[in-house]
Amino acid sequence: MKFPEDLKYTDDHEWVRVEGNIATIGVTDHAASELGDVVYIDIEMDGVVSKGDTLGTIEAVKTVADLYSPISGTITEVNTGLNDNPEVVNNDAYGEGWIVKIELSDSSELDELMDADSYKASIGH
Amino acid sequence: MKKTGFYNQHKELNAKMVSFAGFEMPIQYPKGIIHEHKLVRSSVGMFDVSHMGEFFVQGPEALDLVQKLITNDASKLEIGQVLYTAMCYEDGGIVDDLLTYKIADDHYMLVVNGSNIDKDYEWVEKNAVGFDCEIRNESDEYLLLAVQGPKSKETIKKLTDCNLDDMEFYRFAYDQTLAGVPAIVSRTGYTGELGYELYFKGGEAEAKKVWDALMEAGAEFGIEAVGLGCRDTLRLEKGYVLYGNDITQDTNPIEAGLGWITKLAKDDFNGKSVLEKVKADNPDRRLVGFEVTADRFIARQGYKLFKGEEEIGFVTSGNLSPSLDKPIGMGYVKWDYKDPETEIEIEARGKRFPATVKKMPLI
Repeated sequence: MKFPEDLKYTDDHEWVRVEGNIATIGVTDHAASELGDVVYIDIEMDGVVSKGDTLGTIEAVKTVADLYSPISGTITEVNTGLNDNPEVVNNDAYGEGWIVKIELSDSSELDELMDADSYKASIGH
Repeated sequence: MKKTGFYNQHKELNAKMVSFAGFEMPIQYPKGIIHEHKLVRSSVGMFDVSHMGEFFVQGPEALDLVQKLITNDASKLEIGQVLYTAMCYEDGGIVDDLLTYKIADDHYMLVVNGSNIDKDYEWVEKNAVGFDCEIRNESDEYLLLAVQGPKSKETIKKLTDCNLDDMEFYRFAYDQTLAGVPAIVSRTGYTGELGYELYFKGGEAEAKKVWDALMEAGAEFGIEAVGLGCRDTLRLEKGYVLYGNDITQDTNPIEAGLGWITKLAKDDFNGKSVLEKVKADNPDRRLVGFEVTADRFIARQGYKLFKGEEEIGFVTSGNLSPSLDKPIGMGYVKWDYKDPETEIEIEARGKRFPATVKKMPLI
């Protein structure tokens, strides 16, 4: 299980990769493994979101989980590639398995996220 | 938490273990539920289902006790034949669904759900009072592997002298050996595929011996250990009910679509008079299968079902069908909405998702 050092993490098992003022968001290897085979990702939100908003749902064979926005901003892109290949969330959680991109409205929120070591510790790794 | 004799094998294979029926059981192995499901449909997979319970009823009045307990008719069984049945309380509520094996005229084995062993045995003991037969709960002594899939026969054949070619569906052989270990070989399963259930006694040593032998025998077909997760998706596609989801003590066999294993013409059995009345009046509701037609939504146990503004029932099981690549499920609906192709809606997260009642099995 991987936890790239250059990412930020949340209690809800999401990762955030910041490039300029764009945050790319996905779920961690740990979350994907706990969910089991991911079969649908449904992003219902559009436009402006606040930190903590429900962006949509992740349906896996065993269970369904809400996906929360780790930061506030404006959704600029949704990974439509997941419609046909949701399994990349399991296979490549930090790459092809990204879920949404959000343009940050308050970059200070990033300071509240965990680094890789804190996240690993939080899940007992 | 109890462990089955195959615990070490599961750990070596990095299974994801969950608590089920008081046991630590493998829900899936690293390749995942969809992979395991497809393997069983296309070739062969092996389930540890040692959590299941084995009761024995033996003595001059063994058949009389079995007949009182179960809804199906065991009087017509031949030796070596298996019967799928329900067992009801006096009020018609289902105690469990189970398999009845006729070992001899005076000797039967009842195979019950792991999560129900204690309450089932209590119920059997209570009913056994006054019958000239002994009952035994050997659930802790038996290991059980279900080898399922089109290549299951060729796999098992290598390890037993049992004549599998002449063994029909729902038949078994009692005094057999498997990889040198005494075993009951039964052509039964919960997947809808060709498959066998292999009962044998022992501890970790026997478990390892049989497990390794089956893995080796099935290697040419790509056999793998498969978990409870795909057991659930496999049975759901075939419309097999799961106790605790689709049937409970608050449901009866008639409304659950188990009328075919409820022989009301049989002499008295627990629940008979209630079930006769339910049958005559039609039940208020019926268990149905459905396909979800909404995009990207899986129905889950407990979600409510609607027709327009009317709440008509609830989901009892739901999942993705890996074979159809569509979400499917089962649930109770009011009697008027039970017919195939009825359009219904499922409520979840404050929204409605369309679904269509389908004839079972769904594949």
